[in-house]
Amino acid sequence: MTELSYRDAVRQALIDALNADERVFLMGEDVGSYGGCYAVSKGLLEEFGPERIRDTPLSESGFTGAGIGAALGGLRPIVEIMTVNFSLLALDQIMNNAATIRHMSGGQFNVPLVIRMATGAGRQLAAQHSHSLEGWYAHIPGIKVLAPATIDDAYGMLGAALADPDPVLIFENVMLYNRAGTRSDTTVDITSAAVRRAGKDITLITYGGSLWKTLEAAEVLASEGIDAEVIDLRVLRPLDDATILGSVANTRRAVIIDEGWRSGSLAAEISARIMESVFWELDAPVGRVCTAEVPIPYPKHLEDAALPQVPGIVAAAKATFGTTK
Amino acid sequence: MTVDEIKAAFLEALNRVAPEIDVNDLDPIEDLRDAFDLDSMDILNLTIELHDTLGADIPEADVRKLTTMASAIDYLEKLLG
Amino acid sequence: MPSLGADMEAGTLVEWLKAPGDTITRGDIIAVIETQKGAIEIEVFEDGELTALLVEPGMKVPVGTPIAVINGEPEPAAEASSAAPSSTEPSVEPSPVPVSRAPSKPDVRLARTQARISPAARRIAAEQGIDLTGMTGTGPEGAVISADVPSHAPTHSRGLDLVEMRKAIAAAMARSKREIPHYYLSHTIDLTHAQIWLEQTNAERRPAERLLMGALFLKASALAVAERPGFNGFYTEDRFQPSDAVHTGVAVSIRGGGLVSPALRDANILSLTDLMAKMRDLVNRARKGQLRSSELTDATVTISSLGERGVEQLYGVIYPPQVALIGFGAVIQKPMVIEGTVLPRSTVAITLAADHRVSDGQAGARLLNDINKLLQRPETL
Repeated sequence: MTELSYRDAVRQALIDALNADERVFLMGEDVGSYGGCYAVSKGLLEEFGPERIRDTPLSESGFTGAGIGAALGGLRPIVEIMTVNFSLLALDQIMNNAATIRHMSGGQFNVPLVIRMATGAGRQLAAQHSHSLEGWYAHIPGIKVLAPATIDDAYGMLGAALADPDPVLIFENVMLYNRAGTRSDTTVDITSAAVRRAGKDITLITYGGSLWKTLEAAEVLASEGIDAEVIDLRVLRPLDDATILGSVANTRRAVIIDEGWRSGSLAAEISARIMESVFWELDAPVGRVCTAEVPIPYPKHLEDAALPQVPGIVAAAKATFGTTK
Repeated sequence: MTVDEIKAAFLEALNRVAPEIDVNDLDPIEDLRDAFDLDSMDILNLTIELHDTLGADIPEADVRKLTTMASAIDYLEKLLG
Repeated sequence: MPSLGADMEAGTLVEWLKAPGDTITRGDIIAVIETQKGAIEIEVFEDGELTALLVEPGMKVPVGTPIAVINGEPEPAAEASSAAPSSTEPSVEPSPVPVSRAPSKPDVRLARTQARISPAARRIAAEQGIDLTGMTGTGPEGAVISADVPSHAPTHSRGLDLVEMRKAIAAAMARSKREIPHYYLSHTIDLTHAQIWLEQTNAERRPAERLLMGALFLKASALAVAERPGFNGFYTEDRFQPSDAVHTGVAVSIRGGGLVSPALRDANILSLTDLMAKMRDLVNRARKGQLRSSELTDATVTISSLGERGVEQLYGVIYPPQVALIGFGAVIQKPMVIEGTVLPRSTVAITLAADHRVSDGQAGARLLNDINKLLQRPETL
């Protein structure tokens, strides 16, 4: 058990992966000399050399495609994309190539590619660097989408993703990099959601940067007599239906907290699954707390106002109760 | 009237007086008032029931003989002969 | 919804015994409601025509809520609801209060808000065969949710809920001890003569006409309080209102726990035989949970006896807003000095718990003496 930051955990995962398997290499914009735009790969160039820590041109489509080719050729590339906004330049590669080749080749070729990218708002980086588009990627069959929210997941998911024979996208919320904690030696899977707080009155479903706000909201609710269960999705595709629906069937109430926009969101998908499977267990309409449907504003107060926050989560949860609580 | 018929009639009467008690639990020599929390009103109702169903004319002085199932059946058998 | 005691907050309508258009007369039983003291039959206090029912069976409404209209103009909304009482379509369920709007414009949206039932509550109710019509919900926007569905079905059956009864007793007794400054007196009297008289009387009677000692206690107490109004009446709004009539509350214990003390009206006027018949009927109905509304509210003084269990004396807690409780212990053999000689006698301890705001110990002692004198001459009761 050592105290470290989320950033340290990802860096340690990279180091361990690079040491464990010589086929593994990291490439992306500014990952080498600059040390990564969020300083995750700081010092790796010195330790592993330019062959394995490769700075790329500003061409997301180009280097993501190179990563796909390297994976097809037998390597285990880790592609870092600065932010999810920029990943849209690589969307063609991700969706039309990485996600489809196993299917289109009749299973002859698989793409063991890992793409890491930063997501989320809160650092005043304005509308071109702050969005949460992981829900879009969770729409695409053929890839796995991960959202580590804890130190253990930040460390453990990278190794698990590299071991997966198919493309895996890892979304690291920018507000989590400085978050400190300890790492346990438990191995992590990339198939299940985790119950981060057990409760019996309502299920709060979230992931990534919103997990900690949701846990804080759960404590506020506890002080008002509402015992909330908090589910960290961890894996956005494929969703762990058993954990989500089992919890909601138990508590009969659900609120989904999603930093993405509400319309067509991951929150909408989860809400629909709840209706499909456990409608007859519900005691209240499903609630959602999402980001306001605006490009993320630059000013601090507007940025805060646009994002899911603790009071909004508490209010949404309480709205699912009538006079009983 | 056979002993079995008297017993059945007695249990039926008891059931009408206090439907919430389980007559299957009845210990034949236990005092009904203690076992089932019966009071004098219940015993009076039991006497009336036995009068109405068996035609047993139980004098007031003999009502105390109804306090256990064994003594009641014994008494009713002699009374109805 | 009538108040059937100071501790009652709401009642559930179980069934209507009269329909709109029926002619009713004072004393008719028009409905059955479920309260903490079991199912109670509701009597009316005026003559006329029942024109509208405002509350559906199964609906729980607070005390004071109108549940029916007598001699009123038929309300369109209420009429519509009574015309289709068995409707199972939730969107057309009536609101509990008649909506005074033009009948040509039914407010579907308003009607629907009264019938919100969560999916979970619907499923559970369907599985258990429970009708949720008109139930009050505790969910969002007043929706009926799973927690509101009774765990076992008998919302429409008549009977006793001992848990609810315990709550009612708790509320009434806590209020009594909080508000009423009780004082207590005890007097042990010779009951030998009354007992002999009772045995002789019963020896000649068929079982159904026999008397219990409890009937003598009730009659003697009723006669005594009729002459001493400080023990018979209600203490409300900071003053005592004596009652001319004597309606004795008869404390009836319920097997399995619980207590109810329904009123036996005009106990001081009834003959012993009539009194005994009424007492038997009252006790039997109380134990089945089939009392009438007036029986829960009319008692002006309570008579309690724990003698059946061998207890010598009982010190009662007054049932508010009454001001006295007369208790009788077990009839037991004790040595007594009669004209200089120690003799075995049947005795009973009579106790009085009385409200010191209304009476004093001196008056209470006289009351117990009066009861003693009456019991010494059972043939005059």
